[in-house]
Amino acid sequence: MSLLPETTVAVLWVGLTAYVLFGGADFGGGVWDLLAGGTERGRGQRTLVEHSIGPVWEANHVWLIFVVVMMWTGIPAVFAAIASTLYIPLTLVALGIIARGAAFAFRKASTELWQQRLFGATFAFSSLVTPYFLGAVAGGIASGRVPAGIAEGDLVSSWVNPTSAATGALAVGVAAYLAAVYLTRDAQRQGDHALAETFRRRALITGVIVGALSLAGIFVLRADAPDLYVALTSGRALPLLVVSIVSGVASLLLLWWRAYLAVRLTAALAVTGLLWGWGVGQYPYLLPGVTLEEAAATEAVLGATLVSLAVGAVLLIPSLWWLYATFQRGHHEEFGTEERGSRAG
Amino acid sequence: MDSEVLAAAASPIDLLAARTQMALSLGWHIIIACFGVGMPAITLLAEWRGNRTGEVAYQLLARRWARAMGVLFAVGAVSGTILSFEMGLLWPGLMGTFGQVIGLPFALEGIAFFIEAIFLGLYLYAWDRMPPRLHMLTGIPIVIAGVASAFFVVTANAWMNQPTGFELEQGRVVAVEPWAAMFNPATPPQTVHMILAAFMVAGFGMASVYAFAMLRGRRDRYHRLGFLIPFTVAAAITPVQIGVGDWAAHFVASNQPVKLAAMEGVFATERQVPLHIGGVAIDGIMRYALEIPYGLSLLAHWDPNARILGLEEVPPSQWPPVNITHWAFQIMVAIGLALLVLGVWMLWVWRRRRAIPESRWFLRAAVLAGPAAAVALEAGWTTTEVGRQPWTVYGILRTAEAVNPAPGLVYGFLLVAAVYLVLTVATVYVLRRLARSTPVPTAPQERDVTDYPVV
Ligand code: HDD
Ligand code: HEM
Ligand code: HEM
Repeated sequence: MSLLPETTVAVLWVGLTAYVLFGGADFGGGVWDLLAGGTERGRGQRTLVEHSIGPVWEANHVWLIFVVVMMWTGIPAVFAAIASTLYIPLTLVALGIIARGAAFAFRKASTELWQQRLFGATFAFSSLVTPYFLGAVAGGIASGRVPAGIAEGDLVSSWVNPTSAATGALAVGVAAYLAAVYLTRDAQRQGDHALAETFRRRALITGVIVGALSLAGIFVLRADAPDLYVALTSGRALPLLVVSIVSGVASLLLLWWRAYLAVRLTAALAVTGLLWGWGVGQYPYLLPGVTLEEAAATEAVLGATLVSLAVGAVLLIPSLWWLYATFQRGHHEEFGTEERGSRAG
Repeated sequence: MDSEVLAAAASPIDLLAARTQMALSLGWHIIIACFGVGMPAITLLAEWRGNRTGEVAYQLLARRWARAMGVLFAVGAVSGTILSFEMGLLWPGLMGTFGQVIGLPFALEGIAFFIEAIFLGLYLYAWDRMPPRLHMLTGIPIVIAGVASAFFVVTANAWMNQPTGFELEQGRVVAVEPWAAMFNPATPPQTVHMILAAFMVAGFGMASVYAFAMLRGRRDRYHRLGFLIPFTVAAAITPVQIGVGDWAAHFVASNQPVKLAAMEGVFATERQVPLHIGGVAIDGIMRYALEIPYGLSLLAHWDPNARILGLEEVPPSQWPPVNITHWAFQIMVAIGLALLVLGVWMLWVWRRRRAIPESRWFLRAAVLAGPAAAVALEAGWTTTEVGRQPWTVYGILRTAEAVNPAPGLVYGFLLVAAVYLVLTVATVYVLRRLARSTPVPTAPQERDVTDYPVV
């Protein structure tokens, strides 16, 4: 037995994790944009959000494309089953992505207050609903509501069900939580301590909420997806769940102590534990009755794809590092000299 | 295969909706994507000249274009994401079976997208934090990655025209050679033709804006350069593109004779076939067309006696829509030739006077050239995609078998169409504002975060 299928889904899961940790936080930034309050009061927060995600969101977004492409390359029949049964929430996700990305770019490019408000509201609102539907899709898959075959599942109950509701809410919560954690540090690095305090408070509150949602989610699983529940609470996935819980609690403490850099790591670890717990808990089944072995593409395809990705990674990792390093470094000197166009508001 | 079952499951209206939705999203994305491929190179050219000569006009142009690129890349990325969703949402019958066959180029494309997005972030946002030379270097990966992503994605489309590199057993793909599928016979002409088209669309499109300003009397150096740089790039590529188009046509003639027959409106298999210009196919006859004797035999096979297969070779159920394919092809060729004439006009005047033609007719034509190149592009894709019907994978998988049999696709289509309408209006509006607003800020993406320290 070769390990190519396992390696492929592991790589896919790494992509998914990266999307949740980076892309998810960009959505969360939009949620905070939504909750920032009136134009005047919310300006500080909005500019911080904008600054933090502006240069990186496109790169973060590519992780989603990576996941989709890896699915149809590595496990094509599963991709077809998921996409065809869950086409309604996935269409809504797609529309949410259009609205969000475009509105964000348009807001940056527009100068008048009403335009910024309109685009800003679109950006913020779609940041809230898109992760919900993505989470609902994950819930439908996790609770075994997507059968093999094309459009074989129920078009509605596959994503309107208890598990999907729980995972959808959890996805929004996780996005908001990660964003708050990251933004706390960004605000601190800029020396804006009031803003850092605001986001610290928010991170603490959402952290507690996300913890509660996860706990509630476990109980929903017990009733709705017993197999996954067993795997998570007493099976192979238990260690990952423990990692997640311990990191979650540690994050709250670190936030309390204002260790903003360290909490980035633990918060990310808490979320990663949940995701990998799900993956490991479900393995080797991808869909009810469909194992990875049966669903995987041919060895030639998996081999060629993995080798290409490995070569690609050699180019990508240093580039990504450069990108993040450039925008995480302090650079006050060269800025502030430029001529600003008149700006309403 | 249980294709009969599937074909029966999707209602005709849902199939039509899915096809229209795919055409709309692709037709939209492709225009933006062309700017994604062509614009970075043209912008770098201006930036390089600006750094070399120290001339402000070049520098301003580079900044302006970079700002527009920021917007275009964002809508390019989101419209492309929709496409990758739609491949599964609309065509699970294609992706579930053949996803792995065309997966490799898409995975490679993913790498290219990463490179593009990363360096775009650096190029746009770190403009003033790097020495000019280094800044230009960050632009080069964007150019390479843009061209590469066009290449990769078109190999997947070429495979749909010339499916190779796999074996089927009872509807299941058993053995795949992913590299052979990627480098299928249609890959060389299609990818080259597409990449050149992207530079033409971007170049003529950018030049259009400045031609329009010049018609309005703004003929200072800034506007002249803004016209000259992209126009020269696009006009220089045009003759090459026509040659490559000819190559593509020969390829279709030998490998997809039914498509060629539809492109040319040929129904009967004959020798010494004339070329039809214009005309409408009615009841299996090409009417009202201008006929150039021997034309098609000559063009397709370099031989006036060459035999051309007509549509009669296959049952009518396997005919593509003849009029759409025929007209789309004619429009593309006509525009290609017209753009060539425009380039020659420019060259003629330039060689004599070292100046852009004074004639208002030249400028008017140049304003039209941008939209015209985009129309040629859409027409070319219509030729390729509609001419392949009723097949999604040529000779192997019918479109009706590929589509998602779930009910209600038509509502999805209406929703998506409404969103694209809004997106189009907003994009045009924002780009127009960007073109108008002065002064040009020094950092293209950061104008709206006034008084804010960059972190
Ligand atoms: C600016 C755009 C543009 C221009 C001026 C032309 N084309 Fe084109 N053409 C395309 C843009 C394009 C395209 C949109 O990029 C297509 C669609 C698929 C492809 O690979 O290229 C295409 C497809 C396409 C095909 C079909 C290929 C297939 O189905 O595999 C043929 C035969 C030609 N072209 C031929 C020509 C000729 C003879 C031209 C010259 C006068 C020409 N094209 C000008
Ligand atoms: C001939 C057809 C196509 C060409 C030439 C093309 C080219 C490009 C280019 C150059 C970009 C990056 C530039 C930009 O964002 O503006 C892009 C973006 C994208 N394209 Fe296309 N594309 C084509 C069709 C498709 C198809 C069929 C799909 C999917 C199935 C697709 C998926 C994407 C995605 C997901 C992105 C976003 C990448 C990002 O986030 O940066 N494209 N395309
Ligand atoms: C290179 C990337 C492309 C890929 C992978 C691709 C793939 C597909 C697929 C899967 C379908 C649906 C099945 C079918 O109708 O045969 C389709 C249809 C179609 N595509 Fe493409 N396409 C590409 C580029 C384009 C572009 C750039 C256009 C621009 C206009 C386009 C226009 C169409 C049209 C008009 C149809 C509908 C054809 C019909 O149903 O009559 N395609 N394409």
